[in-house]
Amino acid sequence: MRTVHFEHRDHWRNKVYPSPFHSRQKELNVLRTWSRWYDYLSVPAYFDATLEYFAARNACAVFDLTPMTKHVISGPDALPFLNRLVTRDVAKIKPGRVGYCVWCTDEGQVIDDGTIFHLEPGRYRLCSQEHQIDWLMINANGFDVDIVEDTHDVAGLALQGPTACATLKRMGLAGIENLTPFGLAHFDFSGTQLMVSRTGYTGDLGYELWIDPDHAELLWDRLFEAGELHNIRPMGSDALDMTRIEAGFILAGVDFMPAMHTVRPTHTRSPLELGLSWLVDFNKPLFNGRRALLEEKARGSRYRFVKLDIEGNKPANNAYVFDRREKNIGWITSAMWSPSAKKNIALATLDMPHGKIGDEVLVEIYYQRELKWSRVMANARVVKDPFWDPPRRRLTPPADF
Amino acid sequence: MINRGEKMIIIGGGHNGLVCAAFLARAGYAVTVLEAASQVGGAAVTHEFAPGFKVSQGAHLLYLLDEGIRKDLALDSHGLKMAGTGLATTSISAGGDYLRINGDQLDGPGAEPDDQAAMPEYLRMMNRFAGVLQRLHNRTPMRLGTTDRGDLKALARLGWDIRRMGKRDMREFLRITGINVYDVLQENFNSELLKGALSLEGVLGTFLGTRSNNSVFCALQRMSNGARYDLPAGGMGAVSEAIAAAARSHGAEIRTSARVRRILTEGEEACGVELEDGSVIEARCIISNADPKTTFNRLLGAQHLEAGFAHRVRNIRSNGCVAKLHLALSEPPRFTGLPDEFTGDRLVIAPSLQYVEHAFNHAKYREYSKDPVMEITVPSLHDDSLAPAGQHVLSAVVQWAPHNLKQGWSEAKVAFTGRVMDVLAKHDPEIRGKTLYSELLTPADMESGFGMTGGHWHHAEMAMDQFLMMRPVYGAAQYRTPVNGLWLCGAGCHPGGGVMGSAGRNAANAIIESAGG
Ligand SMILES: Cc1cc2nc3c(=O)[nH]c(=O)nc-3n(C[C@H](O)[C@H](O)[C@H](O)COP(=O)(O)OP(=O)(O)OC[C@H]3O[C@@H](n4cnc5c(N)ncnc54)[C@H](O)[C@@H]3O)c2cc1C
Repeated sequence: MRTVHFEHRDHWRNKVYPSPFHSRQKELNVLRTWSRWYDYLSVPAYFDATLEYFAARNACAVFDLTPMTKHVISGPDALPFLNRLVTRDVAKIKPGRVGYCVWCTDEGQVIDDGTIFHLEPGRYRLCSQEHQIDWLMINANGFDVDIVEDTHDVAGLALQGPTACATLKRMGLAGIENLTPFGLAHFDFSGTQLMVSRTGYTGDLGYELWIDPDHAELLWDRLFEAGELHNIRPMGSDALDMTRIEAGFILAGVDFMPAMHTVRPTHTRSPLELGLSWLVDFNKPLFNGRRALLEEKARGSRYRFVKLDIEGNKPANNAYVFDRREKNIGWITSAMWSPSAKKNIALATLDMPHGKIGDEVLVEIYYQRELKWSRVMANARVVKDPFWDPPRRRLTPPADF
Repeated sequence: MINRGEKMIIIGGGHNGLVCAAFLARAGYAVTVLEAASQVGGAAVTHEFAPGFKVSQGAHLLYLLDEGIRKDLALDSHGLKMAGTGLATTSISAGGDYLRINGDQLDGPGAEPDDQAAMPEYLRMMNRFAGVLQRLHNRTPMRLGTTDRGDLKALARLGWDIRRMGKRDMREFLRITGINVYDVLQENFNSELLKGALSLEGVLGTFLGTRSNNSVFCALQRMSNGARYDLPAGGMGAVSEAIAAAARSHGAEIRTSARVRRILTEGEEACGVELEDGSVIEARCIISNADPKTTFNRLLGAQHLEAGFAHRVRNIRSNGCVAKLHLALSEPPRFTGLPDEFTGDRLVIAPSLQYVEHAFNHAKYREYSKDPVMEITVPSLHDDSLAPAGQHVLSAVVQWAPHNLKQGWSEAKVAFTGRVMDVLAKHDPEIRGKTLYSELLTPADMESGFGMTGGHWHHAEMAMDQFLMMRPVYGAAQYRTPVNGLWLCGAGCHPGGGVMGSAGRNAANAIIESAGG
C-alpha cells in the first residue's frame, strides 16, 4: 500500500491553505469572511447567502469543493477492498459511474458518507467529508491495494442549477447534455484533462468539475465567462447548506456524529438510523458492520431519521421534538425556511418507534425578535419525500436555456 | 450447529491442540489434528539436537499443567512420568555466592535473615493472589456489556473472589497486580540474589523488564499453579506424547507433516482447509492452535474479517524475546561456589534487580542483552534417557533476545551465542571445554520452527490488556471467532501460554457447549 507523504505540506507552519481558486474567490468575496474547511479556506457567503441560494435554484451557482477529502484507490484488490469498506455493492458502480455510499465501524456505526467515482476499470476515487486516511490504511490490511490521498492534487468545483448544462455546453463541453445522473465524462481542457461528473449536493440538476490545480483559475474564468448569460454566481457554504437540507441530504457532524469522533457509544448512528438502509446490501457476504447491522435489523433500531414539515415560518434550529403528550422524543439536526418549497422544514432524529410517515409531532421553537426571545410549540408532520426534487434533476438531456 | 460424528479439524498439534482434540474426541466428535511439524507438541517437544543428546526444545520446566486435565485425560496412564519434581530455584553468581529458594525456605551464603523471615508472608500473599487468577483459568472468559446470566455470574464471582480476601489482602491485590515486580520486591526483600531470582517470575517469556507494569501480573500468572517446577521424564515432548496418546485413545486422528496453507470460507462460514500439498479437507468446525496472527492474517486473511477486528489482531503484541540455548556436555557443569548436589536445581542467572533491568534495556532498542538473564536446567542429572551415560545436556532460557532485532538474527546469532557462552563461563569457567555441541534457537528460529508469530512464548504477550475477555482480542476471547465455525484453542487465548492445556480444554468445552452439549 502506498500513501502520499505529507512532509512537503509544511503543516506545522501553515495549517490552512488557500484553495487553488483563491485568487478568484477573493475578488468575489465582498463580505470578506472566510471559514475553515479542514485544510482550506472556504467561503461561507460571497455577497448574500440567500441570493446565492436563489442562483443555485433558478440559474446556476459555483461552489468550491476542493477541500473535500479525496483518495484514489487502485490495485488488484481495489474492488474487494471497497466492498469490504462500504455497505453497498461497489461492483454495481460501473466504470464511468459514481455511487453514493456510507461506511461503518464493525459495530455498524457510520464513520462518514461520500461518493465513489469509478474513474476507469479498477481505479476509484473516494470523496468524503471527513479525513479518512487512518481508516483506509487500517482497512488496507490484507488487501493488495494502493491508496493515495490526492485531496491537494485535484481542484473541484460544483456547478449546480437549471442553467448548469447550458453553461457547460457554452464552455465547449461537447455532448455534456448526454451525461446521465451519476455519470462521468472527460474532456480536453487547455492541454489537461477535465473530469465532469453529474453529481452534487443540491438535489437539482448539477455537475462537479475536477481538474489539476494548475488549471483551476483558468477553469473558473472560462466557467464564469460561459455562464454570464446564464446568470452564473459563486455560492458559499451557507447557501449550499440550504440546498442540501431541501434535498434531504445528511451532513457529517451536523445530522450525525462521525463514529471516529464520537466518544459516547450511544451518540453514533447506524445507516439504518439515518434513513440509509437502501445503501446497505446484506447480499454481500462481508462488509464492516454487517453482523451488527443484521442484528440491528432483527432487534430494531434505536433512532429514526425523519424529514419534518413544520407549521409557521420560524426555523426550528436546535429544537426539541415532542409527541402529542409532550414527551420528548428527539431533536432537530438541520432546519430552515425553504424558499423554494415555501415550507418550514427540518431534518430530525427521533426515538423509535416515533417518526413514521404521517406522524404528527410538536416542535419547540425558540426565536428572537429584536433580541426578545419567544417560544412556540409548532405542529409538525413527518413527510416522506425531500422538499426539493424537481424532475430536471434526472432529465437527460436537460432543458436548454 | 455441529453434529456429533461431523468432522472437526484442529490446525496444529501443539499441546493445546492435542488437549482440545482429546476432549472433543472424548465427547464423541470426529477430530483430525493437522500438525505442520514432523512431531506433535509445538513448543512442548523433545528434540535430539546432537547425536545421543536430547533436550526439551521449547518449554523445559513443567509448572502450569492443569491437574484436572492430567487426571481427566489419564495422562499418567498414557506414559507421563516425572523425572524431577518440585525443583528448588537457585540463584547463582559469578562470585560464588548462591541463594537457594526451596518453597519458603532460603538457604545458602546469599540468604539473609530478614529475607528468610519475610519469605513465607510474601509467598502466602502471592499465592493467594495467584489463586484469584487461577480460578479464572478453567472457564471461558466472560463478556462485558452483555446481560447474559453466565457472564454476569462470572463477573460477580471474580468480584467476590477479590472481596472475600478481606480488606488488607484485597487492597494489596488491587495495589500490586498492575504494577511492577521491582517495586514489590524492593518493598519486601534485601538480598539482590533473591530479588533478581524472584523477578524472573514476572519477566520470563515476556517483553517486560522488572520495572515494567504488568510484571507482577505475569508473576502471579506464572505462580498460579503453585510454582512447582517439575521435569517430565523424556523431556517436555513426553507431555505432548501422552496427551496425543490420550486423544488417540478417544478416537482422534493426528496427522503430522500436514501443514495447513489456508482456511477456506464460504460467505461468512469456515468450510475447510487447504493443505500445503494442495489437498482440501472440508469441515464446518475448524479450530486453530496456531497463534492468532498466524490464524487470522496468514491462514484466513485479514480481508475476510471486519476491519476493526483485523486491526485489533494486527496490534496484538507478539514480539518474542526469548532464546534457547542447548549444550551437549562431556561432563556436568560445575558452577563456581555451588555444591554439586544443587546443579540439578532450576538455576537462574539474575544476580540483582539492576542486572535484570539492564538486560531488558537492550530489548527496548531492538538489541540483545549484553549480559543476558538465564534460567538453566540440567535435565540429564534427573533423567538418564537424555544423554549418553556420564554425559549431560544443559537447557537454558536466555533473555532478552528480541525477535525484531535491529540487524536481524541471521547476522547476530553467532555473536549472541558468544555472549551467552561468556556469561555461562563466568559461572563455570570450564564450560566451553566441556561443550561437545551447542545449539542456540533465536525467536526467529522459533517462529519458523514452531510456527509462532514472533517466536513468542505466549503467542500474544501476557498483560492485563491482553487477558481474559481481551485475549487475544475483544471479539475472539470466547474461543469463537467472527468467522462462523472458526475457533481458537492455543496459547494466544485465555488463559495464555505455558504448558498448561487450559486454553485447549476451555475451547473444547466452548465448542461442545455451542453444539448443545
Ligand atoms: C523458548 C521457550 C521456552 C519456554 N519455556 C517454557 C517452560 O519452561 N515452561 C512452560 O510451561 N512454558 C514454556 N514456554 C511456553 C510454552 O512452550 C508455550 O506457551 C506452549 O507450548 C504453547 O502451546 P500451544 O499448544 O498453545 O501452541 P504451540 O506449542 O505453539 O503449538 C502450535 C502448533 O501449531 C502448529 N501450526 C502452526 N501453524 C500451522 C499450520 N499452518 N498448519 C499446521 N500446523 C500449524 C505448530 O507447528 C505448533 O505445533 C516456552 C516457550 C518458549 C518459546
